[in-house]
Amino acid sequence: MKSKLMVSPSPHIHDAVSTQSIMRDVLIALVPALIASVLIFGFRSLVLTAVCIASCMIFEYFTRKLLGKSNTVSDLSAAVTGMLLAFNLPVELPLWMAVVGCFFAIVIVKQLFGGIGQNFANPAIAARIFLLLSFSLPMTTWVQVNSVSGATPLAQMALARAGEMQTLPSYLEMFLGQRGGCLGETCALALIIGGIYLIAKKVITPTIPLAFIGGVAVLALLFGEDPLYHIMGGGCLIGAFFMATDYTTSPVTEKGKVIFGLGCAALTMIIRIFGSYPEGVSYAILLMNIICPLIDRATKSKPFGGVM
Amino acid sequence: MGMDCNIFQMYLLGIIGKFNVMGAKIVSNNGRKALHGVHAPHFKNTTNMVPEVMPVPEKVYISLHQHMGAPCEPLVKKGDSVKVGQLIGDTTAFMSAKTHSSVSGTVEAITTMTTSMGGTDQYIVIKTDGLQEVSEEVKPPVVSNYPEFLEAVKNSGLVGLGGAGFPTFVKFNLKDLNMVDTLVINAAECEPYITTDYRTCMDKTKELLAGARAIAKYLELKDIYIGIEDNKPEAIKMLEKETANDPAFHIVSLKASYPKGAEKVIVYECTGRIIKEGQLPFQAGCIVSNVTSVAFLGEYLETGMPLVTRTLTIDGSAIADPKNVIAPIGTPFADIVEFCGGYKEEPVKMLMGGPMMGITIYSDDLPMVKNNNAMLAFGAAQAKVYEETACIRCGRCVRACPMSLMPAAIETAYKLKKEDDLKALKVNLCIECGCCSYVCPAHRPLVVTNKMAKRMIAPKK
Repeated sequence: MKSKLMVSPSPHIHDAVSTQSIMRDVLIALVPALIASVLIFGFRSLVLTAVCIASCMIFEYFTRKLLGKSNTVSDLSAAVTGMLLAFNLPVELPLWMAVVGCFFAIVIVKQLFGGIGQNFANPAIAARIFLLLSFSLPMTTWVQVNSVSGATPLAQMALARAGEMQTLPSYLEMFLGQRGGCLGETCALALIIGGIYLIAKKVITPTIPLAFIGGVAVLALLFGEDPLYHIMGGGCLIGAFFMATDYTTSPVTEKGKVIFGLGCAALTMIIRIFGSYPEGVSYAILLMNIICPLIDRATKSKPFGGVM
Repeated sequence: MGMDCNIFQMYLLGIIGKFNVMGAKIVSNNGRKALHGVHAPHFKNTTNMVPEVMPVPEKVYISLHQHMGAPCEPLVKKGDSVKVGQLIGDTTAFMSAKTHSSVSGTVEAITTMTTSMGGTDQYIVIKTDGLQEVSEEVKPPVVSNYPEFLEAVKNSGLVGLGGAGFPTFVKFNLKDLNMVDTLVINAAECEPYITTDYRTCMDKTKELLAGARAIAKYLELKDIYIGIEDNKPEAIKMLEKETANDPAFHIVSLKASYPKGAEKVIVYECTGRIIKEGQLPFQAGCIVSNVTSVAFLGEYLETGMPLVTRTLTIDGSAIADPKNVIAPIGTPFADIVEFCGGYKEEPVKMLMGGPMMGITIYSDDLPMVKNNNAMLAFGAAQAKVYEETACIRCGRCVRACPMSLMPAAIETAYKLKKEDDLKALKVNLCIECGCCSYVCPAHRPLVVTNKMAKRMIAPKK
């Protein structure tokens, strides 16, 4: 006779996926880009990435502790933020500036708004923009990695638009990441591999990346520019696969994701073509993050058999 | 290249909102889109185990409330001797089901016990004599028209054997037979572990087809759909063969994903009809019946033996020798476990039904009832409790919900006690299948919140 058994509501089995396993998959998906960045920019990109991951996790740990909340450092979301932020920095950025960025991302943007699932903007994006506004020069100082120039291809394209002669890197150099830019954003090949991994593991749906990249391509054609440079240049791929797909700050339904992705694409291209700043992905995603609740409200799923 | 095109087309369809790219795929169920669900592991360990009849236990505890609706009143008293198939509980209430003795022996007591749902019910305790003498009341019913058929179903004591426990006689009792034209037989058996419906298809094919034909004949139904998940190809093949010459039958292979056996899901995927909010299947022209219920009816019309035994899948990590067991109704779970070799590890959690929707029992002294299609005993590892963490807005619950609800949004609205929002989110459509809780990476008890939210907005009595 067995009495005093455990009673609990159904279901009594659970999928193996947890917040931690999802974040681990994102970290795994970023590894190809990390390897590429070490090959392209050298050992310092590894140092910068390690410093960002460590400081994000430390800030997460102590903020939760200070706020007297359950500790979420083991869910690895802070590690993801750290890695993504590092990938959005120039490789020669002083380490203390990177740490300031991590503080802004984790403490200000994430934890002060309630922690994981509650932030209104992607912490890594917000921190990148914060750093860009605070330390404009070091944030736009690129090392030369190919025979052409140390400037980013998008900056070169902006100059070309103004009438200056520019020699852009080749498609192959762009694809392999042999170009100026932030340390994790340049290698299209590595980012696409990571993105496919996320889709295959069902961490993300392909909707936002396809809408984002597709939108950029179509708009580039409409503006008479080379769509491949716009896709592989700047932060388009890392933004589309890894930043715009952040759960907390992107819509829940697929319909909402289409609107979100297209909105990111449109804002990116408007900033790139008409703005004074050559790169627009971060601002585009940040602005779409902010209107995400409105998209969510407008794109609720339609219940099966529901009568209004 | 063809493959690429397909994925691209699927994606385009996804964009225009026809269906969700990740949650659902187009399947062979007559070309209709499949509703969302989850790919839970099947654990169908007992698939090839022909049910074994267990010996009559020393005592049975027959509940007088093994169905939805009003409980029965006992018709016997302490000291009475009873036989197999004898009517021992009945009521004048419409929504109810008769109770029969599953054994021959002596009534030892009529007692009140706490059920697994936390309420209390009356039980007739019968000390068995092991002879299993059949009551004189048991004789094949004479059925030649709809009222006689209804009477026979009522006298059989049948309830929905798939787990719902809805009195079958009530389901078949229609004001106007023109309202329905289709019988949907639910053989999906989408809950992990359970294989009793599969065994019915394989072992009671004749009875199943006879029962289906009888229901179709007396309720004047044109089409009979049998929906089976495609993880049971032998059953599909066999039923296709057996019904090849009968144009009324349609065997529908359903893409195996939980909860294909949910009433609204199987009706939609077999017939394309949508049971709308607030409607019952008959309002979509359908009678839905579990496959084991139909086979029982086929057998009952032949023999007149009411519902006194049933087949259960006994499985789970704590069971030494998992098998399918035919047990007299009212047999304590402890006796059934003993028949299955006892416990091989300390049971921590025991369920009536499958792991997705089953109900935990607090003690294995509790007896099985008519609608128990399985009993699972989990050891410590399987009964693991996960820590609940913050919602990360991943949307997995939305992609899993077969009713296309938004469980995370419902949770927020429930916590804020926003009743209007809950109504707009249609939480009342939740079928409580548990897919949202199953997939939630933050281990939030979303289906529990849905149930509470449904109660919050239910019309106050």
